[in-house]
Amino acid sequence: MLALAIGIILGCCALGAGMAMIAGIGPGIGEGNAVAKACEAIGRQPECKGSVTTTMLMGCAVAETTGLYALVIAILLIFVAPGSLVGLLMETLEANPELITAFIK
Amino acid sequence: MKQKSRSFIAVDILYILMMVLPFIAGMTLKILTKQATTGISITGAQIYLDIPFPIQNLVITEAQINSWLVIIAVLGICLYMTHGISVKGKLKRQVLAEWAVEACESMVKGSMGEYFVGFAPFIAAILTLSALSSLSSLLGLFPPTSDVNITAGWAILVFILITYYKFKCGPVMYVKSFCNPVAMAPLNIISEIATPISMAFRHYGNVLSGSVIAVLIATGLQGLSHMLLGWLPGFLGSFPFLQVGLPAILSLYFDLFSGLLQAYIFAMLTMLYVAGGFDIDEYERRKRKKQLKAQNSSAN
Repeated sequence: MLALAIGIILGCCALGAGMAMIAGIGPGIGEGNAVAKACEAIGRQPECKGSVTTTMLMGCAVAETTGLYALVIAILLIFVAPGSLVGLLMETLEANPELITAFIK
Repeated sequence: MKQKSRSFIAVDILYILMMVLPFIAGMTLKILTKQATTGISITGAQIYLDIPFPIQNLVITEAQINSWLVIIAVLGICLYMTHGISVKGKLKRQVLAEWAVEACESMVKGSMGEYFVGFAPFIAAILTLSALSSLSSLLGLFPPTSDVNITAGWAILVFILITYYKFKCGPVMYVKSFCNPVAMAPLNIISEIATPISMAFRHYGNVLSGSVIAVLIATGLQGLSHMLLGWLPGFLGSFPFLQVGLPAILSLYFDLFSGLLQAYIFAMLTMLYVAGGFDIDEYERRKRKKQLKAQNSSAN
């Protein structure tokens, strides 16, 4: 029973991390659009290549932010959440010994 | 051209040592303290010291130590570049130093305006510190920028600067800048708080994701080479041939390009936010008004 509980915690953390990274779609599309437009602009006015590239990189970095928030959540879910959740479970069990018998059943 | 004197060369060597030794010290410290691991090992910064303090323990981590080492190295670079500087300019390094200063000043002038030229040293410091911190991962060190505490520290510093320059036109104007239009005030406040958070997470997330992906790919290549080349006899069978060189190609993007780009973006965003929060026309108007008032009162 305890193994099952820990397994559910770990599995749900991994699932949540995977689902959080769905957010990667947004920045992907956004940055693709930005680069496409920058290529068009350079094709039309090759003399503006420098400033267009700088502005594009800048915009790409800002557009990436939402994806990075998702990445931070995913990293927390994979590396931090399981440990603290399992620790919480153990603490609860230690504080309430009557729960242990329920778990062993 | 005059021959360099012996003492000049000695001081030069001292400065070069100041540049190189911190990184060597960091590598030695890492080799001495890091436990050997196999397989995937993605950990945060190692904790070196845990000093008991009244409210909370003062923790000295690998990221902090490495960022101090980078600071010493930057100081060494600056001293070396400006050593033996003269009006006539005999040395090659003086040309390089002048170019760097001029490039930084023109960048600050271009994106912040004439009023903020004094910001050039600060921006240059952020740029070099961030770039060298990210590049230190090339030497196998723990890059300080992949610890959120370090980047959050810089972001909070920038946030204080933004708030200071918003307050320069008076507290009334500061409150007014959020209520434009009034219905959007809560969103404006949230976006103001989100500024340092997004700056810190952007830099940290980019560098950290690079190192995580590098570790995953290196481990994957090890498994792949065991699968493909495991039939080789003896030692050759267990040697991960695919791990040699291939991860370096990724490192070219994640460590070199991404690190330098993030440094540039952090500096650029600092300039944009600080300059964007400050209304220069309003400030000049208030200054003139105050001067007029002072003149009137002194005339009376």
